[in-house]
Amino acid sequence: MASDGSNPQGRVLSGVHFMLGNYATAEGALAGGCDFFAGYPITPANEISERMSHRLPEVGGTFIQGEDELFSIYAVTGASLAGAKAMTATASAGFNHFQEGIGYAVAVEAPCVIVDVQRCRGENFATQADVMQMRWGTDGDYEIIVLAPSSIQELFDYTARAFNLAEEYRTPVIVMSETTISLMRERLDVPSADEIAVVNRRYTDLSPGEYKPFAAPEYGVPDFAPLGKGYNTIYSINPHDEEGSIDWDPDVYERMYDRLTGKIAKHRDVICQPRSYAVDDADIVLIAYGSEVRPALDAVEMAREDGIAAGLLKLDAVWPVPEEQIAAAMSKAKAVIAVEMNIGKYANEIERISAGRVPVHRCTKNRGIIHSPEEIYRSIKEVWK
Amino acid sequence: MSLKLYPRRESVRKDGLPHFFCPGCGCGQVLNFFLRACDELGMKTEDMTCIGGVGCAARIPIYLSTDALHGIHGRTMPWATGIKMTRPDMPVVVFAGDGDALSIGGNHFIHAARRNVDVTVIVVNNLNFAMTGGQVAPTTPLTATTMTTPYGSSEPPFDLCKMAETSGATYVSRWTTAHGIQAIRAIKTAMQHTGFSVVEIISQCPTHYGRYALGSGSPEKSVEWIKEQSIPRTRAEKMDPEETALNFVIGEFVNTQRPVFWGSTIYDGAEE
Repeated sequence: MASDGSNPQGRVLSGVHFMLGNYATAEGALAGGCDFFAGYPITPANEISERMSHRLPEVGGTFIQGEDELFSIYAVTGASLAGAKAMTATASAGFNHFQEGIGYAVAVEAPCVIVDVQRCRGENFATQADVMQMRWGTDGDYEIIVLAPSSIQELFDYTARAFNLAEEYRTPVIVMSETTISLMRERLDVPSADEIAVVNRRYTDLSPGEYKPFAAPEYGVPDFAPLGKGYNTIYSINPHDEEGSIDWDPDVYERMYDRLTGKIAKHRDVICQPRSYAVDDADIVLIAYGSEVRPALDAVEMAREDGIAAGLLKLDAVWPVPEEQIAAAMSKAKAVIAVEMNIGKYANEIERISAGRVPVHRCTKNRGIIHSPEEIYRSIKEVWK
Repeated sequence: MSLKLYPRRESVRKDGLPHFFCPGCGCGQVLNFFLRACDELGMKTEDMTCIGGVGCAARIPIYLSTDALHGIHGRTMPWATGIKMTRPDMPVVVFAGDGDALSIGGNHFIHAARRNVDVTVIVVNNLNFAMTGGQVAPTTPLTATTMTTPYGSSEPPFDLCKMAETSGATYVSRWTTAHGIQAIRAIKTAMQHTGFSVVEIISQCPTHYGRYALGSGSPEKSVEWIKEQSIPRTRAEKMDPEETALNFVIGEFVNTQRPVFWGSTIYDGAEE
């Protein structure tokens, strides 16, 4: 939907589709108000760029294929500061290059959406190996929002929501896609434009004399001022005070990063909306995100049929960590199994939350192939013994 | 003669001073050239967005009463492109050092020129990496001594103006801090130009380039040296290129028109 609530020239393709995951990501972006996209070719993310190059001009937006991923991320932050709802997309190797620009977007609080279609190093096989790079990849301290869709429908829904979260918290939001779902086709239900909530850019009501570009309540988010209208804002990665002046006073630095990290960490309960499947009476609770949710859910059903009380906590936002929801889900369990498609990374977070109260087992797979339900069920049975 | 206040002080941030340029640095002159150009054109810095990356010249925008992006090395062109696509109505001016524009940002520079993005780029070329202490740059003259070429530089330098021209820039000129009137005129032309406009200004760095390469930390001597090395384009064209290889050829090289960039794909239905 456009920022004025209208649906010009089919921005929202309402109806039932049988759609490729990467196309659904692009359509979700358009529904979320995206009007600027910069990308650079890389498999398996190319269909996002291709779809955007076709669709954005139709709705009055700008598509650019840049010279590299550094162009993508900085063109996106520039467009964002100028008022655009901007997105870029890549796959893991390209995501490395984004890291530099993510640090800038965090520091100047430029809302933007970044899609990483994760692939194995050097090949386009399935993986969730970037889950830590998404959280810890750029220099300096920060918190960031990462959404992990598990289906074509969620690629659409989460990408649209990513634009809203980016505006609400003035932050880059990463959509953690995967080879599995990005190159898969399945049913997609696109609602009508008026059913899709869109958060618009929040501009100040204050005059240039009264406005302070980085002043906000505790853990809050400052309002924007438009460029070139006398507000004279410095968007510098250097430590800056509420006025935007570069300032190396340790108090200023500490205050700036308290707010930048706090505005996300303190709102984790609102940002994270994990879903529970048969968790209430479960002895064994699986925790999964992204495409691994699919075989994990099948494995839970297989276990239940065999009389094993298993359940699943499906994470939607993996960062910030939904600490309380994970703690609640494991509070009555005898054991937890962390399911992921890498060498075991997010499992460390789950162990941290468990703090030894509940044994955390690992069901990991790092060979370019998603888990089968049977493999996960075998893990459940081993833990059950 | 009565003492006059700096006539363009309204275009300088009150909280910006003192600036961090070394005594005798050319960056202050370039800032002055730019404000004089704006003044003569009747343009206000408040109506623009000015971009600096990292480096001495990159600091110029943060002393101006303007919206500014700052603090990332070499990415001024992607920023400028993203901003210009979103706000075509607003002038966008980039201040880049030679390292920012040609070393880490070289790839972005040639593609912005190729696309003919409608922005103005003022490159302050002080022939070395000054902010970091005087290391060799892609613009450092062959054989020059710097902090990382203690035996003299083995690398031939870039000619920024030739590269801008070859890449497709539609306005290109080079002047020096010893040619203030011409530099102001060139900035004015660049600001009025529709398309990718580049003004290179050879600038003195007495603290580093002066001391290490020229053997003197005197700003005056650095500027004198720049002046001696400068040859007008019209004269250089009549000379053997090898004769002028170590000189700064000054003047206007390109002033032409072609369509500016509005995105990677042509879309005819845009006016529907």
